[in-house]
Amino acid sequence: MTNALQQIQEALQYAFIQRAIIAGCFMALGCSFLGVFLVLRRFSLIGDGLAHVSFATVAIALLLHAQPMVISIPLVALASLAILELNDKARLYGDAAIGLVSSFGIALGVIIASTAGGFNVDLFSYLFGNILSISGFEVWMTAVISLLVVLVTAFFYHDLFAITFDEDYAKVLGIKVKAVNRILILLTSLIVVLGIKIVGTMLVSSLIILPAISALQVMRSFKATIALAGVFAVFSVIIGIFASYVFNYPSGATIVMVNFFFFTVSFLFGRLKG
Amino acid sequence: MSVKVIEAKCVSVRYQGIEALSRISFGVGSGDYIGIVGPNGSGKTTLVKALLGLVPFGGTIRFLGESLSDFTTTKHIGYLPQKMSFLDHRFPATSEEIVASGVYCCKKFPKRLSQSDYKAALEAMKILGVTNLKNRPIGRLSGGQQQRILLARALVHRPQLLILDEPTVALDPKSRESFYATVKKLNEENGVTVLLVSHDVGSVGQYASKLLYLDREIIFYGTFEEFCKSPKMSDYFGAGQHVICHRH
Repeated sequence: MTNALQQIQEALQYAFIQRAIIAGCFMALGCSFLGVFLVLRRFSLIGDGLAHVSFATVAIALLLHAQPMVISIPLVALASLAILELNDKARLYGDAAIGLVSSFGIALGVIIASTAGGFNVDLFSYLFGNILSISGFEVWMTAVISLLVVLVTAFFYHDLFAITFDEDYAKVLGIKVKAVNRILILLTSLIVVLGIKIVGTMLVSSLIILPAISALQVMRSFKATIALAGVFAVFSVIIGIFASYVFNYPSGATIVMVNFFFFTVSFLFGRLKG
Repeated sequence: MSVKVIEAKCVSVRYQGIEALSRISFGVGSGDYIGIVGPNGSGKTTLVKALLGLVPFGGTIRFLGESLSDFTTTKHIGYLPQKMSFLDHRFPATSEEIVASGVYCCKKFPKRLSQSDYKAALEAMKILGVTNLKNRPIGRLSGGQQQRILLARALVHRPQLLILDEPTVALDPKSRESFYATVKKLNEENGVTVLLVSHDVGSVGQYASKLLYLDREIIFYGTFEEFCKSPKMSDYFGAGQHVICHRH
């Protein structure tokens, strides 16, 4: 235990650990704010779908020797709007629309990677994330975009609440449901792109889903649920990063496992509470 | 002559080539309590959705003299949708949060709820005798309690018109009668105009001032007494009309 604490103290002195914690905490806040709305609206897998699209966008960025976030953000945003349109106009079920776009993304990413001369380490690192290699620029981008996500979600909180509870009634209240849905999905695309650097495309949706479902086990009011999801998310990142340093585990996967631990505890607590 | 609360002229709705409503024309005066009744598939909910602008329709609908597209409808209408069978028992909102959300119709962007909004929510819950449910999660309430909370949501902004779509479908007979009595009280004491959709002609007929009998078109529009004596309805129902008009 003492040794672990010493290692944590030692870790905090490294700039790459500090960057990882700052970026991870900001991203965790963004994920938790959106996650509750997405889970309750049965859009949990949209993070997964957009993450698969981001695999293709990262491949494109690497092919063009461009910054992955700069290429991924607009393309993943377009894909998110495509999912909404497929759901509305093509009358595809929500999960089918996600599956369609998701498969397209993965397939395109594989083709681009093979065109570029085969699978390379850089692309694979985006599959599983590497928060410990996050740059100063990426920390700034993560902080700015996460704060934007949190502020916009807070701005539209009451509209999102009304739509989440009862979409038809929200229309009767005069809420512009289509516009608000677009905003929600665009914010999700932003947070997914941030997340792929931290935990990778394979695990980013768990950062959106797990803190939300953990909070839902125990909380009874909407604002309290979002707040607790934020607490779970941030602590998962901090504990996950330190645990990965101490035990030499992959950081992304460790963060997700800590998330899963919080879910288990809150699930059991929720059952005991009744 | 006072302006009608609702004036519908030749309202028609088509779903995938099928005419769900055909040339519906009727008026609702201030303080009226109209029961919209009819068999399953007769277009009752479709009419409600057309009145609320939730489905495209042909014809015109005017609220308080203004056309549907111009009217800031939401401020003057309280709406209780059909029983939300999909209401997740785990939905993390207290009854107070749900009731307070009814004032969103009167808020400009960005919406913020003030202390007076929460006070209004409490007042609405008081009218319906559910203040004790204030901090209870909505998903944990019984069917009857949920309906009262959702009715409080519809009333919180003091609407002139209350539209209730099959509000008693999941209630036991005692809760149903209590609900109808509450709505009647709102109509008589608070002057709220009521449109109540139901398939239960007999129950609604005892409380409503008029019945609008729908079967994709208007079959009858008048008082319950006229309904019971109507030769047109006798032809429509045959011997069944005797059962409906028997007061219990």
